[in-house]
Amino acid sequence: MPFSAQPPASGERYALSASLDNARHLFSLLRAVHFQDHATCFATASGLRVTVEDAKCIQANAFIQAEIFQEFVVQEESVVFRISLSVLLDCLTIFGTSSLPGTSTALRMCYRGYGYPLMLFLEEGGVVTVCKINTQEPDELLDFDFCSTKVVNKIILQSEGLREAFAELDMSSEVLQITMSPDKPYFRLSTFGNAGSAHLDYPRDSDLMEAFHCNQTQTNRYKISLLKPSTKALALSSKVSIRTDAQGFLSLQYMIRNEDGQICFVEYYCCPDENITEAGL
Amino acid sequence: LSRIGDELYLEPTESGLSLRAVNSSRSAFASFLFAPLFFQLYEPGSTGPDTELFRCKVHMKSFLGVFRSLPSLEKSMGKCLILLKPRASRLVLQLHCKYGVTKTHNLAFQECERLQAVFDTQRCTSRLCAPARVLVEAVVHFPPTLAEVTLGTGPGGKISLRNYVEDEAEPSKTMVTELWLAEDEFQSVAVSPGSHITFCLKEFRGLLTFAEASNLPLTIHFDDPGRPVIFTLDDTVLEVHLVLATLSDLESDSQSPSTNGVSHLPAPSDDFADDLESYMAAMETSEGGSRGPPSPTFHLRTPQPAESDPEEEEEEEEEGAVPGTPPHKKFRSLFFGSVMTPGGPGPATTQEVLAEDSDGEW
Repeated sequence: MPFSAQPPASGERYALSASLDNARHLFSLLRAVHFQDHATCFATASGLRVTVEDAKCIQANAFIQAEIFQEFVVQEESVVFRISLSVLLDCLTIFGTSSLPGTSTALRMCYRGYGYPLMLFLEEGGVVTVCKINTQEPDELLDFDFCSTKVVNKIILQSEGLREAFAELDMSSEVLQITMSPDKPYFRLSTFGNAGSAHLDYPRDSDLMEAFHCNQTQTNRYKISLLKPSTKALALSSKVSIRTDAQGFLSLQYMIRNEDGQICFVEYYCCPDENITEAGL
Repeated sequence: LSRIGDELYLEPTESGLSLRAVNSSRSAFASFLFAPLFFQLYEPGSTGPDTELFRCKVHMKSFLGVFRSLPSLEKSMGKCLILLKPRASRLVLQLHCKYGVTKTHNLAFQECERLQAVFDTQRCTSRLCAPARVLVEAVVHFPPTLAEVTLGTGPGGKISLRNYVEDEAEPSKTMVTELWLAEDEFQSVAVSPGSHITFCLKEFRGLLTFAEASNLPLTIHFDDPGRPVIFTLDDTVLEVHLVLATLSDLESDSQSPSTNGVSHLPAPSDDFADDLESYMAAMETSEGGSRGPPSPTFHLRTPQPAESDPEEEEEEEEEGAVPGTPPHKKFRSLFFGSVMTPGGPGPATTQEVLAEDSDGEW
């Protein structure tokens, strides 16, 4: 949909300017990491990364490559700012959250640089809304230092098999225990709630299992309240890769395909819960 | 069963797996007996001549939680394995789903005494049998919040259903709904004319939903007001009983409690089962004075401890000592029989008089 009201003339230099024909995809990706009010945005020539953290234990990143955008220009080497993700999401859906077929919200994002607000121009059906969202100093973020060489166990599953499991996790359990092993039970999700314990086992030869590379038996526990928000990312994704390193840090990477067949990634990193003892596993 | 009580009693027997529930005021009891043929495999466990099969109870919510999202479960679940592990104190429910995925739930359980209400369908003077659909269509006319309904038999074999209105309610502010069903709507009608019973509709609705879904005819066995009404569903592999207390029909409550459980009532004999029934009947008539036409006043009755065999007394006192029915519920609790020697005589195969739930929480 063409813009009927143009943003300020290009005489002004923007650190970041980007256009997107359909803001819905961006909205659903950002929603998948929205478990805290604030997020840190990074923009480089390759694209946009939005990071959310909590409790110094969990970090989620949404990656939107430059190719997804109709226009994506970053004038500085890197652009970083902290912003209210809640407000950003509200703005992206200013025309309503339900999308009628045939209509889409077009988006143009502009950021002048450090200290300036993020400008959003949203247009639908000829109506334009201009939003200015204040930006803040970016926080220092955790570096999980999770690289492929440090990975001990890795599996790739079709998301379809995990969706229901995550949606129905027994939230009366404090932890989600993940067992990965070259032997039985191969891949097991366990909860220990008020009703009793529950185990969900995925065999290595299951149709859902796209890749199975487990070298060592590992059992780690993570605070379930921290991992529960990842259910949104799981719901959007077609595949998920689950990796652990020697310290038990967990990496969940979700491959998300949009309507145009373009691929984006959302990842979650989580620290193992140290308070829980390993007795009786 | 979850409409009746918060706990699910599981009792494996030689004739199948029995799932039961009772409500907090002990005025409703339901049991579902799944015959061994219902299962692909049924092993109730080996027992010696003196040991009974293990039974337990679990929280209803915990058990139902295993089967939530039933529609997707129906599509994805292949088979379900239920294991009772007494030594580990766990009831294991293992669901084998598609893609080779296995869900194992280990539920904590509590040991319990046998839960069994005293009732005998053979002793009921009236019996109706109808397809569930007929009753569902009848009950839909009553508001979902309606607590009690009165079922009655009228002239020409017609059956009536009417909402029960408490006498304290103001006549000008109450709405009365009454509907009549012709005899031919029922599969069989064998009723004593002019009889009526009032029971809790809410508890009945649960069974009705099940009956409709399973497309089974529902049989209603009832007797005089105050005697329990028994709803049954029968299938080749399933037997369902729902026993509800009914409002009794007393004229006044001027009797002092001390006149109840009077000493002139017959002492139970060896044929305990029979006498239990007549004992209950005797207790009712002696307390109520003459059984006149139904009066507008229905009063709260609580079961009184009975003067009976000393060995039974403790358990009965336990029941009587408990505040029976709370004031706003007008139903007396169903009598839950005391321990009887297994294989004791009974007038019919449906007579089941067994141990009372004696874990003291009532």
